[in-house]
Amino acid sequence: MGKTLAEKVWDAHVVRKGEGEGANAQPDLLFIDLHLVHEVTSPQAFEGLRLAGRPLRRVDLTIATEDHNTPTLDIDKPIADLTSRTQIEALRANCKEFGVRLHSLGDKEQGIVHVVGPQLGLTQPGMTVVCGDSHTSTHGAFGALAMGIGTSEVEHVMATQTLSLKPFKTMAINVEGTLRPGVTAKDIILAVIAKIGTGGGQGYVLEYRGSAIRALSMDARMTICNMSIEAGARAGMVAPDQTTYDYMRGRPHAPEGADWDAAVEYWNTLNTDVDATFDVEVDLDADTLEPFVTWGTNPGQGVSLSAKVPSPEDFGDENAKAAAERALQYMGLEAGTPMKDIRVDTVFLGSCTNSRIEDLRVAADIIRGREKDPNIRMLVVPGSARVRLEAEAEGLDKVFKDFGAEWRFAGCSMCLGMNPDQLEPGERCASTSNRNFEGRQGKGGRTHLVSPVVAAATAVRGTLSSPSDLESAAAGTLTGTAV
Amino acid sequence: MEAFTTHTGIGVPLRQSNVDTDQIIPAVYLKRITRTGFEDALFAAWRKDESFILNQAPFNAGSVLVAGPDFGTGSSREHAVWALKDYGFKAVLSSRFADIFRGNSGKQGLLAAQVAQDDIELIWKVLENHPGTEIKVDLVSKTVECGNVVAPFEIDDYTRWRLLEGLDDIGLTLQHEEDITAYEATRPSFKPKTLPAKVDAL
Repeated sequence: MGKTLAEKVWDAHVVRKGEGEGANAQPDLLFIDLHLVHEVTSPQAFEGLRLAGRPLRRVDLTIATEDHNTPTLDIDKPIADLTSRTQIEALRANCKEFGVRLHSLGDKEQGIVHVVGPQLGLTQPGMTVVCGDSHTSTHGAFGALAMGIGTSEVEHVMATQTLSLKPFKTMAINVEGTLRPGVTAKDIILAVIAKIGTGGGQGYVLEYRGSAIRALSMDARMTICNMSIEAGARAGMVAPDQTTYDYMRGRPHAPEGADWDAAVEYWNTLNTDVDATFDVEVDLDADTLEPFVTWGTNPGQGVSLSAKVPSPEDFGDENAKAAAERALQYMGLEAGTPMKDIRVDTVFLGSCTNSRIEDLRVAADIIRGREKDPNIRMLVVPGSARVRLEAEAEGLDKVFKDFGAEWRFAGCSMCLGMNPDQLEPGERCASTSNRNFEGRQGKGGRTHLVSPVVAAATAVRGTLSSPSDLESAAAGTLTGTAV
Repeated sequence: MEAFTTHTGIGVPLRQSNVDTDQIIPAVYLKRITRTGFEDALFAAWRKDESFILNQAPFNAGSVLVAGPDFGTGSSREHAVWALKDYGFKAVLSSRFADIFRGNSGKQGLLAAQVAQDDIELIWKVLENHPGTEIKVDLVSKTVECGNVVAPFEIDDYTRWRLLEGLDDIGLTLQHEEDITAYEATRPSFKPKTLPAKVDAL
């Protein structure tokens, strides 16, 4: 019988097969090709190595950057928050002591760890990639098996370059059809999560397949794989194809010469065999998909933007009903309110989900020549210093600034508010990030997850809006690029 | 890691599904660089509400948390497990755990016991009707006992064995270092290395 993509990558990394069969089997020991490190989940792991007198086994397969705590303003000054500064300084000292490559704040390669890896060409098809961050699933867009790990596992990878893992089940997410203009990768993944639920992917590796996925750019595929964890799946994957290779070629760490040819030959084998079977298959129709937004406090609580805020009575399951009641109260929403009537205070364009160059481009295309709603605060936070440079070279910074948005330096920023970029209690945000949990973006803050184009249209109108709600402006035509 | 066989302590009913790791420990507490001292951070936002269960005696002295489905979703932060442990919890009961949270628990000796939702409902009733009732969690027999409710729980055999023995993962893996070295020798040359560092000129 054939193998799925996930099984092929898994099998190619088994250092030692676990003894036993079925439910009683011990985990396999898998080799890890790339370990990404940031300041929040690593200090205790480095400390563990130090206490045990263990070296970091493969510094040449490890790379660190600073992202969660870093300010997005005044980055040339010392970090004002003492605990944030301490954590950053701990990372710098640890990287120096153990010999780990580090891209610090101010460096051209600094940025959100999941933006940095791919743009350096370090994320490649068929690899195993881990990081002490649940959004490591992002790298699955290249056909890598990429997953978030806890700090104990970070220490384990540092010491052994391996992870003990039990095999996952496999789930195919089939997305067939053509997205309409204004409908994007973010809408696909929000719709998938609403369909299977925040626990639907638990224990599975998701493989996104179908014509709608094939038509997506790498930036868009990363958006989708990024939020696999929001469906409970530790990893999500897309089989590599010409789009992947075109993105890879010429990147600093992409293979060259004969190595490139050998790599492509291998990468071409990385797809699910026709006679392979998935444990579960889920279908989504791209043709009829509309822009999707969340109304509640978990990423599965989403609806089409044209719909209304649901009522707890709409949910059959008692737990879902109770969760909806609580969510509506926290979000300050009444059932039956059209989503498009919801007025927001802040628009956040950023995060490892949607802060890449294409995300900035499509948002800029919408606001160009239009005026921002005067009551809206809009933050634009590029995913990496390099994305920021690229955007500035294209003049996008000027478009955002002319519109009245704040053009910031790279980092995780308001996605989780570990730096000063936070919502005030009760403040409502249309956010291109990945989690609408209570207090995620700041204590008492209310988050609606949206795509970059919905974020941009919302900044114009002041209420949750899709690009099609905007009156046509001379320069503000939608490119229709599927991101 | 300390070995875990059985534990008996006050049960805390947390009638809520999708308890995500941002609720268990908000991000602002993740700036610490120590592995202990997170007890004040546990459910920090919810604990500001006086009616929250952990603000009520005898539940504030609880050590077995009984939560709704999909516990520990979201972020990979192991701090969530550290905070639960530092507060005094030895076990969490839920009908479904997020994968990363469950893995982190197993590494740190916090027992994540998967109990059927019907049994969770029964345990909730006992704990609410008789606050202070103790729950006995027995990893040897894979059962929980609370008042007149006795329920089985699921945990994978490997994690159970490691918990019972109190084994350190890294030590176990390094017993197979020869296998790792042998694997490393077979990796193709096209696989990338982070060193020496390469960057674009721009």
